[in-house]
Amino acid sequence: MSAALRDHAGRPLVAVTGIGLVTPLGLGIVDNWAALRAGRSGIRRITRFPTDHLRTTIAGTVDLPNEDTGAMVSAQRVTRYATLAAEEALATAGFGPSGTRGGGFPGPLMLGMPPVETEWPYRFALARRAAPNAPAYPALVEAAARWDELYELAAFAGVGERLAERLGTRGAPIAISTACATGASAIQLGVEAIRRGEAEAALAIGADGTVQPEALIRFSLLSALSTRNDDPARAARPFEKTRDGFVMSEGAACLVLESLEHARARGAKVLGLIRGCGEKSDSFHRTRSNPDGGAIIRAMRNAIEDAGLEPGAIDYVNAHGTGTPENDKMETLGMRAVFGEGAPPISSNKSMIGHTLSAAGAIEAAFSLLALRDQVLPPTINHEEPDPAITLDVVPNAARPAKVTNVLSNSFGFGGQNVCLVISGEPA
Amino acid sequence: MADNDIWVTGVGLVSCAGEGRAAHLAALAGTAPPLVDAASFAPYPIHPGPALELDRQIPKKGDQRQMEGWQRLGTYAAGLAIDDAGARGLVGEMDLIVAAGGGERDIALDDAVLAALAPLPPEQAAVKLNEMLATGLRPTLFLAQLSNLLAGNISIVHGVTGASRTFMGEESAGADAVRIGAARLASGSSRIALVGGAYVAPRWDMLLLYNAAGVLRRGPWTPVFSREDAPGAVTGTQGAFLVLETAEGARARGVRGLARLGAIATGQARRSAADPGHEAMAQAYARLAKRLPEGRLPVISGCTGATTATVLEREVLGGFARPLAVRATGSRIGWGVEATFPANIALAALCLSEGRFPAPMEPLEAPFEDAPTDILVTGFAAWRGEALAHLSAIPAGDQP
Repeated sequence: MSAALRDHAGRPLVAVTGIGLVTPLGLGIVDNWAALRAGRSGIRRITRFPTDHLRTTIAGTVDLPNEDTGAMVSAQRVTRYATLAAEEALATAGFGPSGTRGGGFPGPLMLGMPPVETEWPYRFALARRAAPNAPAYPALVEAAARWDELYELAAFAGVGERLAERLGTRGAPIAISTACATGASAIQLGVEAIRRGEAEAALAIGADGTVQPEALIRFSLLSALSTRNDDPARAARPFEKTRDGFVMSEGAACLVLESLEHARARGAKVLGLIRGCGEKSDSFHRTRSNPDGGAIIRAMRNAIEDAGLEPGAIDYVNAHGTGTPENDKMETLGMRAVFGEGAPPISSNKSMIGHTLSAAGAIEAAFSLLALRDQVLPPTINHEEPDPAITLDVVPNAARPAKVTNVLSNSFGFGGQNVCLVISGEPA
Repeated sequence: MADNDIWVTGVGLVSCAGEGRAAHLAALAGTAPPLVDAASFAPYPIHPGPALELDRQIPKKGDQRQMEGWQRLGTYAAGLAIDDAGARGLVGEMDLIVAAGGGERDIALDDAVLAALAPLPPEQAAVKLNEMLATGLRPTLFLAQLSNLLAGNISIVHGVTGASRTFMGEESAGADAVRIGAARLASGSSRIALVGGAYVAPRWDMLLLYNAAGVLRRGPWTPVFSREDAPGAVTGTQGAFLVLETAEGARARGVRGLARLGAIATGQARRSAADPGHEAMAQAYARLAKRLPEGRLPVISGCTGATTATVLEREVLGGFARPLAVRATGSRIGWGVEATFPANIALAALCLSEGRFPAPMEPLEAPFEDAPTDILVTGFAAWRGEALAHLSAIPAGDQP
């Protein structure tokens, strides 16, 4: 293999040749990117279930033509969004749709997804099956006997099994969860498999669909969510002084990853490279970073080092930028520690699409690739009152043309799992 | 790129057999039926775990309170493995790959909600559901339920802060945790890794899930290969973590390995007429077989007793066309879902380290009296997912 196909450490360079996107802003990369560049918000009042008694009544939800995503349980939404994103990505990359297991796509599926379980619609259904017995667990367990559909929706392997069968990926799919870093972890798993030579290609997906009552209440009880219910489009305010939490959201992104050599050999158009992956976990607290920022700083530096770059080579940072008071303060601290006074611009897609949780790392990697393609930085909207503690250039309110060669995409998760990616344009 | 030899240098095991190496070696040597609780979750027998002195591995009460049983068990077993490997000093750059299930639901709240709301019309029930959950759910329980927070707790309690990944996918997640952990070591991405999982058997929410799959045994306990009357798994509480490291790294710090971890193959057949699942595992075995000695092959089997998986495994092993000595560890410690494959790697490593193979528990398990030099570990999941791993004894001359 010629040197141009290997990175500074002698590993195969990993190209992105296909992207697919599903978010509350729309279906497909064309609509999503247009809305994001225009600074449009996808956040709205929740209509998929009653919001009585809830502190937060807004979210980003995906609307599909002719499909009632509100009537689905999380595993079904995750599967649906992931399928749509994957089919777009495969088509972009020039891989035809295939139901042929093991024959369609020349690599494994790395799936970032949320934990799933038996949800309330199925618990109520079990209670009906168990009647006239009282709907306590022993009766529900009996009523569940040999209900394959319930198992396949509540088992962790179910989503990946359905996707692998439909998309024709090779081998056993891997489903990964690293909280809000999940989507980035899925990409990292794919990059590592290609670098190790286990596969020429990998399909990396981050998907989430957990906007349902119990999940919303759980996040709400952690005081993590914005309660700016009156004005949904202005609720997500990353890096802004009056930010009061993140807005739950959902969607999916898929990247077709392949060795640059494989992509060039088959004449595929290269959309960018995943040049570096860095991770570092925190041992401080279940929901907060260590106040010294050590783990997120290390994760950012690890990604930049893994890419063989110096911090000064990063032109733009796609923020984790959740809009919680804590995250944005810590991310600012991390930015200053890594980049010093000359920190590059940073913007948060979450100001428009909300926090897509397990999908976020993949969706934001996809937007980073589009920023590279079009040489434009997407904005951080709702930037009305600057926070004096946040001195970064957050690309406020309007997209901006810029020369972009290397992007750092940050993902920091509950449980202290931090993953950063360095995404770059195709080498000359 | 590097291609390092991988050793198992520590095991952390908790099951109905007890905790630690000695308890599990004793269970492998004996043939007495394991501890069974046939009553609490009847008609489903389970293997309960031992009472744990949590303070020994999770010293802060505050940490213990932030978890429920599943996270505590996993965090405890992870600590046992780190101690067993003498690796407390290496946790800062240690990889962590956890095969996770879901944490405990609030069973009492679930029951109360259904009792109150099941009789109501759906629109009314939906509104009341919000109210009952918003007032009834404890904030800490969310974190105790989150799958990736087992890894988070291991980082917090034991200081393991290298790469952190949480795989989800029942038994397959356990096999892939071991496979990816070993692959990162072999390629030089890391020099030491903690991989494993945990399963808590006395849980109605989990029995509900696995009964939907139709993979649970109803009826009295019998050894795994003697369940024709009511095929199925008997779930068992298991915490199973392994410390894996490069042979070079282990030797450099003067630590003996229990066994060498060779190739690991995973697959996921549909188990349908079109994709019954034999071919991928037959090919995987063919690749492994070149490194296996002649003669009767000792096999540590993760067989669950569930019909389809048991038949598939028997046919795949039969296709090897060589004499085998199979031991279903499910007969001694039950089925621990995500923890099963790491547990069986740990048990195989103990067998190789001690030069002993488990006594047969039933007629289908052929005698094997010699000290094993190579063991094949199987993981044919109850629902879907197949895995094979090859472990071998480390020659005395290779130890530090």
